[in-house]
Amino acid sequence: MTAMFDKLTQYLAFDFTKNALIVGVLIALCSSLLGVILVLKRYSFIGDGLSHVAFGSLAIAGVLNFTNEMPTILIITIFASILLLGGTKKKLSGDASLAIISVASLGLGYLLMNIFARNRPNLSGDVCTVLFGSTSILTLSKSDVIISSVLSVLVVLFFVFFYNRIFAITFDEDFSRSCGVKVKLYNYSVAVIIAVIVVLSMNLVGSLLSSALIIFPALTAMRVFKTFKSVTIAAALISVFTATLGILAAIVFGTPVGSTIVAVETVGFLIFTVIGAIA
Amino acid sequence: MAQIRCIDVTTGYGSHVVQEGLNFEVNAGDYLCIVGENGSGKSTLMRTILGLLPVLSGNIEFGDNLSSTDIGYLPQQTEIQRDFPASVFEVVLSGNQASLKKSPFYKKSDKQKAVENIERMRISNLSKKCYRELSGGQQQRVLLARALCATGKILLLDEPVAGLDPQSTEEMYSLIEQLNKSGITIIMISHDISAAIKYATNILHIGKLTFFGSTEEYIDKRSDLNNAEVVL
Repeated sequence: MTAMFDKLTQYLAFDFTKNALIVGVLIALCSSLLGVILVLKRYSFIGDGLSHVAFGSLAIAGVLNFTNEMPTILIITIFASILLLGGTKKKLSGDASLAIISVASLGLGYLLMNIFARNRPNLSGDVCTVLFGSTSILTLSKSDVIISSVLSVLVVLFFVFFYNRIFAITFDEDFSRSCGVKVKLYNYSVAVIIAVIVVLSMNLVGSLLSSALIIFPALTAMRVFKTFKSVTIAAALISVFTATLGILAAIVFGTPVGSTIVAVETVGFLIFTVIGAIA
Repeated sequence: MAQIRCIDVTTGYGSHVVQEGLNFEVNAGDYLCIVGENGSGKSTLMRTILGLLPVLSGNIEFGDNLSSTDIGYLPQQTEIQRDFPASVFEVVLSGNQASLKKSPFYKKSDKQKAVENIERMRISNLSKKCYRELSGGQQQRVLLARALCATGKILLLDEPVAGLDPQSTEEMYSLIEQLNKSGITIIMISHDISAAIKYATNILHIGKLTFFGSTEEYIDKRSDLNNAEVVL
């Protein structure tokens, strides 16, 4: 026990550990806020689909030798908007288009990586990193930290300022429209934010697991809490707590960060399910 | 001056025309029932009045300082709402969203209005309860209270008794009647022609044949309308 604690304090003295924690907590915070909207709107799978798109676009960016991820973010944003707005009325086709875009980009992404990066020494290792997150997030660069922090703060501010509108529109789009609220603009903003968060969380947990960060806290909170305000606050707290615990556990046990966080979140979900069933 | 006047209105989606040549008007204090078969375009007309769908041709005029966003709307319940975590107060308060304008938060007067309308619908005891755990009739009262926050003048109700048991249906009708008597104009979409005849002052029948007039006129012409629809 003391050995574990020593290891932790030793690691926490380093800047890169602190960075990892800051970034991890911020990303967890904003993805959980977004998750509340997505889960309630029955869009749980969008995060998953988008992260596959992110994987595909990352492959494209790699082929084209782009070093930053901005093009990736853009492509996903466009996909996200199409999916969100195309899927509002026609449920089935929205579902189907999500599935198609999702698997197509996953397949194409891997194909592209194979064709154009054959001479890379550790292709399967790279792919694994993209899909499941790096084995440690202790490799974050200074610019990663700054970008993640700024975007996270923006997302949280968006939530605070539009909280009442977010509730109203999520609960009943038609009623909001009848009040003259610009629902379309809001849907576009949410689509853009989803894309940004998915890309951010890929750094942390990888593309396959990024939707866990989005949907788990909201679903967990909904097991126990029954008002929108309490669900939102609880989801944020649960997310920050599980992410912190997951990152620290990953450091202590040397496990991959993404899957450790998801494991902690799964346990949290089960605990809340039991509490919800008893209460 | 009529609150709403529809002149030769064509409703529909995109290029698909649902209903042509609709003429009717709604005056302050009216209780208008819009009746017709499923698929006859009742909901399309309602969405057009609310400004959710464009008017394909003709004109909808608003008088009495009204605009389409001043109408209190009671939509049919959606799948999303069935397991939505929200308190009754949160839902009713969201009826004030038009008054948010640029401010991120509701004003004290908005909250007061929500409390008043909750009282008006006699659901004060449910104020802190979770919306999804209420009965169908209670949920409709919550949504009606929300609609009242959005308007003091005119309510548009889309099948307000759909899925309610007979007792809740009666209670809902009598609540709406009271609101109408307190001076609020009611426009209600309904399947229930007997209730329409019982409560409405005016009836708009849409379908293959269109009728608009007072309830008395409708009763006179009703059998003609039905026969004609069978022939058509």
